[in-house]
Amino acid sequence: MKRKTRTRLFLVGACALAVVFALGVAGLPPLGHYRGPYGDVVNAISVPERHVTDAVTAVNFDIRGFDTMGEEYILFTSVMAVLLLLRKQKNEPRHEHEDHAPGRNGVETSDAVRVVSLLLVGATIVFGIYVVTHGQLTPGGGFQGGVVLATAPLLLYLAGEFKQFKKAVPRELVHAGEALGAGGYVLIGLGCLAAGGAFLQNVLPFGTKGSIFSGGTIAVIDLSVGLEVSGGIALLLMVYLEETLELKQE
Amino acid sequence: MSYLPYGVAIWIFLVGLYGLITSRNFVHLIICLSVVQSSTYVLLAAIGYRTGSAAPIFADIPQGTPAVDPVVQALMLTDIVVEVTVVALLLALAVQTHKRHGTVDPDKLRALRG
Repeated sequence: MKRKTRTRLFLVGACALAVVFALGVAGLPPLGHYRGPYGDVVNAISVPERHVTDAVTAVNFDIRGFDTMGEEYILFTSVMAVLLLLRKQKNEPRHEHEDHAPGRNGVETSDAVRVVSLLLVGATIVFGIYVVTHGQLTPGGGFQGGVVLATAPLLLYLAGEFKQFKKAVPRELVHAGEALGAGGYVLIGLGCLAAGGAFLQNVLPFGTKGSIFSGGTIAVIDLSVGLEVSGGIALLLMVYLEETLELKQE
Repeated sequence: MSYLPYGVAIWIFLVGLYGLITSRNFVHLIICLSVVQSSTYVLLAAIGYRTGSAAPIFADIPQGTPAVDPVVQALMLTDIVVEVTVVALLLALAVQTHKRHGTVDPDKLRALRG
């Protein structure tokens, strides 16, 4: 199909979509007039029935915990697929990779970048762990904290050379962490079954509201998701760095 | 005015879709796809919003304070993280396409090769 025909076809489709969407929106309540009922129910029960002050986390890891497990496995599967696609192949054509434009010299990493990155590594790890562990109290949780944690290896890379980065962040360990996080979610669900509840039913004691040990299984799932997400994103960073950097050396 | 965020959502969706259709580069195409997806964040946040109410965090506000819908926010949260990895997967496909065919222009990928 020619480019022009395709664009015209798109414009027709886009107009139709805009009309259908406008009709759909007309049936929605105007902005600011949320009708419920699910949000209101969750807001009403998250503290009395789960001792969890962050209703969003209560939804994610308890009320619709089973769906979140599915979403976590989308993440897991895509990371696995990236690893598979970017693996080293035997008869792969070797291109000369340059990290700068032709005719220009590459710029050395400045000392300022190295020092600041190195200083930030510790703070980033502490902040990431804080976000993961306080998911049931304030905004945060395994998904957000996991991504924060995964930026720590990237800072390590900025602070040094790729060789040091590879030494400091052993790939096997990250693999194991990601697998443990992904499997942990299911194991927690099975543990709930073993304890006499339903799959992923919150069987642990709910603890005191506002304490880091509140929320029963929510806190445990938070940790498991944090491990999975941080491992997954760190693996992605690693394979992409390897893809661009290692080829250059040959 | 009260329907404006819904309009913003459809606008972001269509802009991204236009980019997808007219794209001449896989990397550009993948970023356009994530633009399309980000329209859902605006839509979800708009649907769960209630004028004058608080965030659904009851750490420092009393239980029973009117709050916005936490369900759509929970959907959005997982959506964002999953999107990042799906974009990474698509970019890996683009890298492989470039390796095998030497181009990232979808129009130049005409024939199937085994």
